[in-house]
Formats: sequence, structure tokens, C-alpha cells
Amino acid sequence: MKKMLALVLALVLAFGLTAVHAEETVTLTIAHIGPLTGAAAVYGNATSRGAAIAVEEINAAGGKFQIVLLDADDTHDAEVAVNAYNSVMDQNAQMIIGTTTTTPCIAVSALAYEERVFMLTPSASSTAVTEDKDNVYQVCFTDPAQGAASAEYINEHKLATKIAVIYNNADAYSTGIYNTFNEKAAELGMEIVSVTTFTDDTVDFSVQVADAQNKGADLVFLPIYYTPASMILQTANANEYKPVFFGVDGMDGILSIEGFDTSLAEGVMLLTPFSADAQDEKTQKFVARYQELYGEVPNQFAADAYDGVYALVAAAEVAGVKNGDKAEDICDAMIAAMQQITVEGVTGTMTWDATGAVSKTPTAVIIENGVYVGFTK
Amino acid sequence: MVFLSNLVNGISLGSIYAIIALGYTMVYGIAKMLNFAHGDVIMVGAYIAFCALQYWNLHPLVALLLAMVFCTLLGITIEGLAYRPLRRATSLAVLITAIGMSYLLQNLALLIWGATPKNFPGLFSLGAVSLFSGQLKISGNTLLTIAANIVIMIALTTFTAKTKLGKAMRCVSENRGAAELMGINVNRTISATFAIGSALAAIAGVLLCSAYPTLQPTTGSMPGIKAFTAAVFGGIGSIPGAMIGGILLGVIEILGKAYISTELGDAIVFAVLIVVLLVRPTGLLGKAVREKV
Repeated sequence: MKKMLALVLALVLAFGLTAVHAEETVTLTIAHIGPLTGAAAVYGNATSRGAAIAVEEINAAGGKFQIVLLDADDTHDAEVAVNAYNSVMDQNAQMIIGTTTTTPCIAVSALAYEERVFMLTPSASSTAVTEDKDNVYQVCFTDPAQGAASAEYINEHKLATKIAVIYNNADAYSTGIYNTFNEKAAELGMEIVSVTTFTDDTVDFSVQVADAQNKGADLVFLPIYYTPASMILQTANANEYKPVFFGVDGMDGILSIEGFDTSLAEGVMLLTPFSADAQDEKTQKFVARYQELYGEVPNQFAADAYDGVYALVAAAEVAGVKNGDKAEDICDAMIAAMQQITVEGVTGTMTWDATGAVSKTPTAVIIENGVYVGFTK
Repeated sequence: MVFLSNLVNGISLGSIYAIIALGYTMVYGIAKMLNFAHGDVIMVGAYIAFCALQYWNLHPLVALLLAMVFCTLLGITIEGLAYRPLRRATSLAVLITAIGMSYLLQNLALLIWGATPKNFPGLFSLGAVSLFSGQLKISGNTLLTIAANIVIMIALTTFTAKTKLGKAMRCVSENRGAAELMGINVNRTISATFAIGSALAAIAGVLLCSAYPTLQPTTGSMPGIKAFTAAVFGGIGSIPGAMIGGILLGVIEILGKAYISTELGDAIVFAVLIVVLLVRPTGLLGKAVREKV
């Protein structure tokens, strides 16, 4: 009798368990790859942290998916990135959020395409990343989109009559944006009077700034990262040159340079889908948590990675990813799912098409009194 | 006027290269080793000065002194830990160790101060000098750097020519074995060389970051390589050569960028170096030392 009772109890318990777990929890292994050390560490750490916050929120919410986040360092080097990719794949990663920067991403995405591993890069914005690879998607704008959008924006709002461009010709990101900006500007009949370049190692910007100044440019377009941009602003200030400075997403972060006189960045405009000062609840929650954990305001890279993790989970849901699925088994389903989902994230409302490029609206912000405010004219 | 202003910018950049090159050439001239970590000692010096100014609110001069003291100790430590045990090893082994030390310092800085670049506050707020009714401006920092260069160059030349330690350094440089036989403590002399070289690195770091304020763990590496080029250009081992090489390199770089192409700026610099070395293999002021067999 006792045995019978035990059996019944066991059965009830077993049924009970299945009933509670009608929808079983799926463990999803996502690997982040980015430069956690080295010269580009600031971007890799941002994406790593942004992704970690999204994972923390998703796991705490206790939905269908519990995420295991792997983190690998690529030091912004293509070769190291490939090793990092192999290492996370050995740890049974099912999909990749990464890589953060363009050059390593081109190397890793080629391999991921061959091995059918779904990849979503938060911030590698070159089209070379997604080109001819059906399984690689982007959270950030592509370089062409940024360059063309900037030219259109400047033209539409009549911000300039003579334009100067200073870009990093050793960087695929910067060169890519410049090229499309240049094409679009020519098409719209805008006058570019000065084009000068620099490389990652340049410390002196006097020639570039003087060229723009001497040719009377009233707007300087800076499709570059914020560190050289801060040097350009200081050089321009020393020469009493005060044009409008117009940047793209790489300019984001200029206000967070420790010791930088932010009054020099007054009036700087940039085209970006993310602003840490946005008043919506989602952004504020993300920014607050980021500040609490890491003691700084998240930049666009962190936001892109944060949205990227949510996008991956949304796609995994649609694709019906199950426990123990291998990366190559779910790749095609993820590709199909990615084109169906709409993600409302901190960088805007995003949808994707088959090229892997994202569609979201860029907004221009202007720096006033040391903070970003929406630009209206 | 545009040309003059470019020339001034070139001299300004060149004087920074020169001050770094002085440290390179000093260590090479005496210890006969390329201290590739020199650029990174510069970076450490700049970070120490940054902390002193930004976090501890110290007087700029105190900050500079603190950076010099710290770098001197760092230089002696590096020499004692990494280079001294290799005194009898091949020069290639020492060179690789120096490169390793360079990476170690960069990564330590990354660990301590993080990857986010910091903006170096101007150490001395000196007004700019305006010439030709304001058409040409020379920043106070440039003048200060040039002055520092001249003072250091004279001080170093006098030091190696007149003082006992300086003479010992020259002996060690000429023939280490013979110097040892004459009762010179070679290890202590080389340590002293590193101490002086590293103190110079601290000054260079502060001046570099006062002129070009972005400070990050890789700040010292490219200026370090350029300064090394400048030292070779001027004749490595020669103190006035380092200064002339540095200033010429800066001027060539800026003029090349301004009048030929910004894209080819660095290529022009290194092309000039190759030409100089083809014509004068020992550099502009280098001495040809004949090896007696």
C-alpha cells in the first residue's frame, strides 16, 4: 500500500512538474567577442557590458530563455579574433553577439558564414561585414547609411555652404563613411572645400585644421572616433576657428573623456540613434544600471550590444530554438526569424532585411551645456 | 604666412620628438641597447602627472617632479629586473625583452587607468606669442618645449663631459670590459643612465601631453617610434644629433602633410630616413666607429 502511495505521489509530482514547465526553460549560449584589452578596449568593454546588462535583465525576468553569456577578447586583431571565435565555439556557443570592431569582424564573419553560425554584430558598421553572408546581421547603421544620412541632413537643414572633411584613412569605418558622404554631397551639389586625413597614430592635427580654416569651411564633417575628434576640437580652439563640427556615432563619448574641457564640444552635432539622456523609461533604466555597475555613462556601443542581445532572444523565440540545439542547426531558422522581428530597443525601433542591415531612424543631437539635446531647427 | 605657420607647427611637433629622442640616444649611447620601453615610460610619466594634477590637485611643478621621481625609480627597476640579467646575452635577446617590457607597461597602464582616453590638463597655462599682427601664433608650450630641449641638451653634454659619473658613462660606452678593469662599476653606471633617461622620459611625457592632450595606454608608442627614428636620423648616440633629428623629423612630417598629402605624411618621414641612412649610414651627426680587429 505504501509502495502504491509512493508511486501515486511520484506520478502526481512528475505530472505537476511537467505542468509547471509546460514551456520548458531553454538555455541559450551566446558568445560576445570584442576587444577587451588593447587600443580599442573602450569599445569592446562597452559592448561586453551592454550585453551583460541585457542578459542580467532577461535572466532575472525568468522568461522562456535563460542565457549563458561567454565573453572572449579579440584585442581588435583579426587573427586573435579568429582564435577567440574558435574558443567560444568549442564551448558550444549557439550564436554570436559580435564582433565589436570592423576589421576583426570581417575575419570572423567569413568563418561564421562557412560554419553556419548566426552572428549579430552590435557595432561593426562596414558593409564588408555583411556582404554576401546571409547569416551576419548588424545592430548599428552601416557606414553608407551614416555617410549619406549625414550629407542629406546637412543639406536639408542648410547647416553649411562650404564643408571640410577630416577622416582617418587607416580605418575602414571612417573611410567608408567619408566615401558615401562624398558621393551623396556631390549628388546634392554641396561644396566640399577641404579633405584631409590622418591615421591612428597621428598626434598632431594642425595641418588638417589649418587647411579647413584657410579654405573657409563653415562646417567640418568628422566621420571619426571621439579621441581624435577631441584633439581636433582643441586644435581648432587654439587657432580660434569656430565652424560647426558634425560627427557620426563614433563621436559619441566625447563628453566622457576625463579631463576634457566639454565647453569645447559646445555646439558639436552628431547623428546617432542612441542618446544616454533620452527620457524614455527603457533608456533611463539601462543607463542607471550601467552607471551603477561600471561608474560611467554608456555609449552607443553599449546600447547597440544591449539591443543586440534582446534581438537575438526575440529571434531565437521565433526560430523556436530548443535546448541543446547546435549553432549550425538553428542558423537558417534564425536568419528567417531575424527578418520577421521588430525590436524596440534603446537605439530605436529596429527591423532587418535580408542584407543584414538594420533599419532605424537616426536623429541629430547637439551638445548644449555639456549634454546632448535633440536638434530642432 | 601659411608656410611659416606650418613651419612653427613642425618645430612644435619636432621639439617633442627631440625630447623623447634625447632619452633614447642617451641610453643607446651608453648602454648600447635599444630601450623600446622608453615610449611607455613616457606614458607612465604622463599618467603620474595626470593623477597628481587631476586627483591630488598638486602644483604643476610638484606634479612634474613626482612624475620624474617615479619614472626614475621605474627606470632603475626595469633595468635591474629585466636588462641586467641579460648583460651578457645577445643584443637580440635584450631587444626582445625591451619590446616585452613595452607591452607589459602598456597593459599595466590599461589595468590601472583603463582604456578610456583621458584628457591631459595643460600643465602650464602659457599665453601664445603672436607675431605679424596675430597672423602667426606660437604657443607657449612650444617655446617651453624648445627651451627644455636646449637646457637638457646642454646639461647632458656638460654632464657626460665634466662629471665623474658622466666620464664613467663614456668609458662604459666605449669599452665595457676595459672600463671594468679600470675600476668603474659598470652595473651602477648603466643604472644611472637608465635613471637619467627615465627622468627625461617623464619630462617628455608631460610636455607631449601638454601639447597633444589625449592620454591613453598607447600614447607613448608611436611618438616613441618616431623619436627613435629621429635619434637614428640625427645619429644615434649623439646628443645634439637627437635634437636636430627630432626637429627636422617634425618639420618634414608637417610640411609633407601640408604640401604633398596628408595621406603620405608618415611615408614621407620614413622615406627621408631611408635616404639619409643610404647617404650617411651613421645619421647626420653620428660618428663612424672603426672596429679594430
